[in-house]
Amino acid sequence: MSTSSETGTKVRLERKKVEQSYNKYIRKKIYYIILFFVIVLFIAGIAVALGCFPLSVSEVYSIIFQGPSTETLGEESVWLLRLPRILLAILVGFGLAAAGTMMQGTLKNPLASPFTLGIAAGASFGASLALYLAEGEVYGQYLLVGFAFLFALVPTLIIMLLTSFRRATPETMVLAGIAMLYLFGAFQGLVQFFSSPTTVQAAVIWGVGTLARASWSHVSVAAIVLICFIPLLMWKAWDVNILDAGDEAAESMGVNAARTRVIVMVITTLLTAGLVCFTGTIGFIGLITPHICRMFMGGDNRFLILVAGFFGAALLLSADTVGRMVIAPESLPVGILVNLIAGPMFLIMLLRKKEGYL
Amino acid sequence: MTASSETISKPEIAKTERAQISAHYTKSNKRKIYFILFLVILMFIFAGVAATLGSYQISFTEVYSILFHCLFHSVETYEEYAVWELRLPRILLAILAGMGLGVAGTMMQGILRNPLAEPYTMGIASGAGFGAALVIILGIGTDVIGGYSRYALIASSFIFALVPACVVLAMVLYRKPTPGTLVLAGISMLYIFSALTMLIQVPANPDAVKVAQFWAVGSLERASWQDIFPISIVLACCLPLLMWKTWDINILNAGDEIAESIGINVKRTRIFVMMVSAVLTAGVVCFVGAISFVGLVSPHICRMAIGADNRFLLPASAIFGAVLLLLADTIARTVAAPLVIPIGIVTAIMGTPLFLYLILKKKGEYW
Amino acid sequence: MRLKIKAMEFGYGSVTILKDVSMELAESEVLGVVGPNGAGKSTLIRCIDRIISPQKGSILVDGGEIKKMSSTDRAKKIGYVPQGVAQVFPTTVFDTVLMGRRPHFGWWSRKEDNEKVLDMLELLHLEQFAMRGINELSGGQQQKVFIARALTQEADILLLDEPVSALDIRHQLEVLNVVRKVVKERGISVMISIHDLNLASRFSDRLLMMHNGTIFATGSSSSVFTPENIKQVYGVEANVSRHGGRNYIAPDKPVEE
Repeated sequence: MSTSSETGTKVRLERKKVEQSYNKYIRKKIYYIILFFVIVLFIAGIAVALGCFPLSVSEVYSIIFQGPSTETLGEESVWLLRLPRILLAILVGFGLAAAGTMMQGTLKNPLASPFTLGIAAGASFGASLALYLAEGEVYGQYLLVGFAFLFALVPTLIIMLLTSFRRATPETMVLAGIAMLYLFGAFQGLVQFFSSPTTVQAAVIWGVGTLARASWSHVSVAAIVLICFIPLLMWKAWDVNILDAGDEAAESMGVNAARTRVIVMVITTLLTAGLVCFTGTIGFIGLITPHICRMFMGGDNRFLILVAGFFGAALLLSADTVGRMVIAPESLPVGILVNLIAGPMFLIMLLRKKEGYL
Repeated sequence: MTASSETISKPEIAKTERAQISAHYTKSNKRKIYFILFLVILMFIFAGVAATLGSYQISFTEVYSILFHCLFHSVETYEEYAVWELRLPRILLAILAGMGLGVAGTMMQGILRNPLAEPYTMGIASGAGFGAALVIILGIGTDVIGGYSRYALIASSFIFALVPACVVLAMVLYRKPTPGTLVLAGISMLYIFSALTMLIQVPANPDAVKVAQFWAVGSLERASWQDIFPISIVLACCLPLLMWKTWDINILNAGDEIAESIGINVKRTRIFVMMVSAVLTAGVVCFVGAISFVGLVSPHICRMAIGADNRFLLPASAIFGAVLLLLADTIARTVAAPLVIPIGIVTAIMGTPLFLYLILKKKGEYW
Repeated sequence: MRLKIKAMEFGYGSVTILKDVSMELAESEVLGVVGPNGAGKSTLIRCIDRIISPQKGSILVDGGEIKKMSSTDRAKKIGYVPQGVAQVFPTTVFDTVLMGRRPHFGWWSRKEDNEKVLDMLELLHLEQFAMRGINELSGGQQQKVFIARALTQEADILLLDEPVSALDIRHQLEVLNVVRKVVKERGISVMISIHDLNLASRFSDRLLMMHNGTIFATGSSSSVFTPENIKQVYGVEANVSRHGGRNYIAPDKPVEE
């Protein structure tokens, strides 16, 4: 009698312990989200105080707290140059990292990024075409954004068409994406072949990605894109978790694997296209941030989207701030700095990680 | 007795079955060899046709009489120059480069067990692109590539092509990374070097940027006999070494542990093959630029045709790469003549529909 | 009857895998499916869970046609553990088991879902592994985790495809005991494909013997596992003996052809 009640309490204790450690594990993830959010705010606070126009930190903050106005040069440089640029960096970094997280999850491929399905190649082709067609014209900026957005969607449309003939397995989608990458890369090459050298250089710089053209209208569109699509991604995050158990197991749990994949693909495409049409293709963030975050906090996509998002925002913001400072008053395209900062960082993490990861 | 008659006939049945299986196996291997032979013939036909095409009008028979003539005599007339000094080296370069890329792609896919692997997966292309941009933009010489800076370009792109590969290899030595980690490391190197390239392209002279950009896409424009010899030496050294390892790579496909148990040193094999492939790719790329698609698509298409046995796949994909590049170059030269479209653009536009068709048509998982 | 299959047929292109399969699964029943490799055991199980769609026939669960159910409804009725599972990204045991709650909550787990996971971890004695990565566990432990995941779906029918083939004898017995236990405590019905005839005989209430895509025999262990049936289906001479209320099948040698 006494032994059975003893085992009873022991079992209950075990249960308590498991529950506690699980709650702790979840709480840890939430702390990470908060931590990175704070880091983003912190970096933004520093970034806004830096710039080539000489303003002291207290001046910058008094300008911000006085509300929007552009009367003095100082106010103009804070409200029209620094703030939109910083906000755009945060939004784009967040969006690309979140999109990358979900692409890696749905395609079950560690190399997947928002650009795996050819979005970047499509967008770059659109940009090159716009630059070629509107060389020196006033409406060039609008054409550039419009073409970049539209052509970013084309590869995904083609892949959707293809997967309507064949089941959307990760292999088919990734291979088709690679094909799109090459095809649009070639189209871009063709356009550049006929373009003037100046246009080619402009297209090259666009391809690296830059935040130099940030404006409040960019920020508001990017914010709308994020508000529309990030909740949709969050909503599918749990299903994408389940996809990792294998298509058959997922189906048995009521997740339509192929359909989930197509839905996520469409959402990430719209999200990515809506961001990169303003900034150019900032390549590395969407690939690398999900990996880095997965290395230290595990793979649950519901949390990973947010953690990777804030991490991506922090990364892009700091890269851009460095880019603004190193050769001030000129600024380096942010894409270059992202690669140069994150590349070695990722290599070191890969080296330090024991064999468990991948 | 029925039973005894059965026991008598049984070994005979077994024997005929055995013979059937053996015949079947030989036949399937023969089919693979026929496929390779077919590709070789195709290559010769394409080469033969390519020699007669060009902006300078020379008739079919004339071309061949010039070829025979020049084998034993030095080049004298302008026709002879066009055929012997311009077309022939270009055709040979296309064949050699195509072979190199096809082989390197097959090996990388085999070693990394990843259908997305290609000769440039370790970042070789972006390393080479950086090396080339360095010479073109920081200008050893002018922004026109001429005598001295041509050698500097080749040397610089060859050396920088190997830098990312060396970093990736160092990782293998330092740890025991899985194929997944290796691929990720390669991608990191790719991004780092393309950023460095951009870094020197952003403030540069636009003309130089365009030259560097098109060097990176790849071109056979500058083919000359001086290129043929070094590149054939690279191929002659690397191909036999890789061919020798094909069986080991077949076994590696069964998984690292099984391969170890069969007696293959997985780590050493992987390092060896990666190193040889890297040298091979760098040797090709420094002459013709990073021509895309050939190294990725040739192994895939050949694998769909004859299966994944690397012993046959390697030569098949080599020849297929040569055929593909030759065909692409011929199209590039003729489609908008006298304008020559960069070959990398043609390979991609040509290869993509084929690739898509194969993805869609193939049932089940061939990979 | 929980599950009722009538005249089902399945094939890939011109190759027919299952021919005219009709069977039933009762409440609180463990149905062992046996048969040689390629007999169609996995295909049958996958057809029931609509992983693949049969060309002909009907599958009724609690009187409802499975093909008309939404995937979430189906998942509430049927749980399934496939044979080989490869996960790309590492996940903890707790999260893996929590996946089974997918049909019950859309997106975020509630407290009761976590409770259900804890119940299952307890039931299968997996508590000490809860926070470990699934790829750090042994094969037997992983199998238990996958069964726990299917059980947290709280489906009335559980389909297990060769759950014990790769396990040691202790884990085989543990896993199958767990199956029996949940059948007894929760009244669910289990369909389990299994290679070991002795285990099948011991842990099943009823047996289904498949041969070349058809049901060759069905019924109790004594009626299905006769030397004659085993010879015809497996091509093996076997002795069947009885000890302490159980049948023991001792394979002797392959039948000479």
